[in-house]
Amino acid sequence: MTRYSLHNGFKAVVIGGSAGSFQGIIKILSQLPADFPLPIIMALHRLKHVRHGFVEALSIKSKLKIAEPDDKESIKRGSVYLAPANYHMSVELGNYFSLSTEMMLNNSRPAIDITLSSAAYAYKTKLIGILLSGANKDGGLGMKSIHDRGGVTIVQTPAECMIDTMPKAALSLTKIDYTLGIDQIIDFLKELYHQYK
Amino acid sequence: MIQDIDIKDLKRITDLVYAKHGYDFRNYAMSSFKRRMLRILEVWGLNIESLLNKLADSTIFIDDFLDEMTVNVTEMFRDPGFWRLLREEIIPGVMLNNKQFKIWHAGCSSGEEVISMNIMLHEMGVKENVKIFATDLDKSILDRARSATYSLKNMETNEKNYVRFQGKTALKDYYTEENGRAVMKKDLLSNVVFQKHDLVLGEAFAKFDLVLCRNVMIYFNQALQNEVLKKFHGSLNKYGYLAIGAKESMIWCDYANRFIVVNQEERIFKKIRD
Ligand SMILES: C[S@@+](CC[C@H](N)C(=O)[O-])C[C@H]1O[C@@H](n2cnc3c(N)ncnc32)[C@H](O)[C@@H]1O
Repeated sequence: MTRYSLHNGFKAVVIGGSAGSFQGIIKILSQLPADFPLPIIMALHRLKHVRHGFVEALSIKSKLKIAEPDDKESIKRGSVYLAPANYHMSVELGNYFSLSTEMMLNNSRPAIDITLSSAAYAYKTKLIGILLSGANKDGGLGMKSIHDRGGVTIVQTPAECMIDTMPKAALSLTKIDYTLGIDQIIDFLKELYHQYK
Repeated sequence: MIQDIDIKDLKRITDLVYAKHGYDFRNYAMSSFKRRMLRILEVWGLNIESLLNKLADSTIFIDDFLDEMTVNVTEMFRDPGFWRLLREEIIPGVMLNNKQFKIWHAGCSSGEEVISMNIMLHEMGVKENVKIFATDLDKSILDRARSATYSLKNMETNEKNYVRFQGKTALKDYYTEENGRAVMKKDLLSNVVFQKHDLVLGEAFAKFDLVLCRNVMIYFNQALQNEVLKKFHGSLNKYGYLAIGAKESMIWCDYANRFIVVNQEERIFKKIRD
């Protein structure tokens, strides 16, 4: 039945999004079961000076617990992590986060490229990267690192995106395994879930 | 462009810098350290071998290396809620015990945090009772801090933060524009000593009533954070306060239980045991 080549050896799902991705993310989170077997790591563009409210907004329909990690917090399955305002968020070898205030990258802090590339380095073939709607090219190089290290790459179908610059940038930079609409991404994650049952 | 550096090569760099120059980056957090090294290679057009050669030969180069290697990004009144809390609770709390007191900004970078502190203390009418030590590893950034001169573009962010801090006037009242730069009024630094100091290999050098070390230890791994917290503990008077960055934690540190949480949201702690 499966359309995707999936197995139960993955360690994490990482999601990047920017302008126009919010509704899609809300929908994805609302459809995932509370015992989703992998950590979900999200780098989303957001206002630098607004520290509060984003987690709450994302949590409304989610059965999973969403949190902005502290520096050096360990990464646990069943949790959704959101890069905090005004910090870059990296995944370290050893399965924990580190935060940094390095200069903005692609005009962004958090920058999607930083989260994706560091996760690619830490998880190698055991990572699934998903890049959604967005207005700049952030995330493209991150998706390339995921592909180069043998992970699975997914972008939101450009035609479905409110702004398609971000997924298009990724498509032009690297091989993308699946180009999917939000509903298909949800199917993908549900199939992934069943691999672990 | 070099895409990635091997852990082995990163280790060669940190080992050499430690042995030859006496700076210890061996326990810095890996991802950000690696990105800084990639940046150095790119900006200076080097590869690993030529970087190692340069570091082995030159004693001048090390200052540039430190300047590039460290992350100096900072803002005035970063996290305005933190500064409001300092004004409304922490500084009054310190003053219950001592009218005269001492503050240490550890990892002060280009000085924005120090300027913010003094603007706040000035507006509270207590600046003259306070002595401030501001330290950093990076010599060049300390020179910039001493000059108290900032780009007008950065002043926009600073101004917005100041408004959210709900300061008494406008940030503009604290600087003049010269040659397209914002030059802070000189007396804003009259009670400040800037000094080079290394949190990793340096010793504690005085006792303080308030220590700020915000967004510095995020560049360290947990083992090093643990050691540095001991130094802060040793640098605080009993019932002194420690402020770390908004997303930093020290619950796993050996000395965590010698502090109590004063405000979890803004990450302010108080030393309660020697
Ligand atoms: C991101 S800045 C923090 C500035 C300010 N405290 C803030 O929160 O906006 C970090 C600073 O820590 C300094 N630093 C890094 N390692 C250090 C060490 N071992 N000893 C002292 N300072 C260090 C860097 O040079 C840099 O200026």
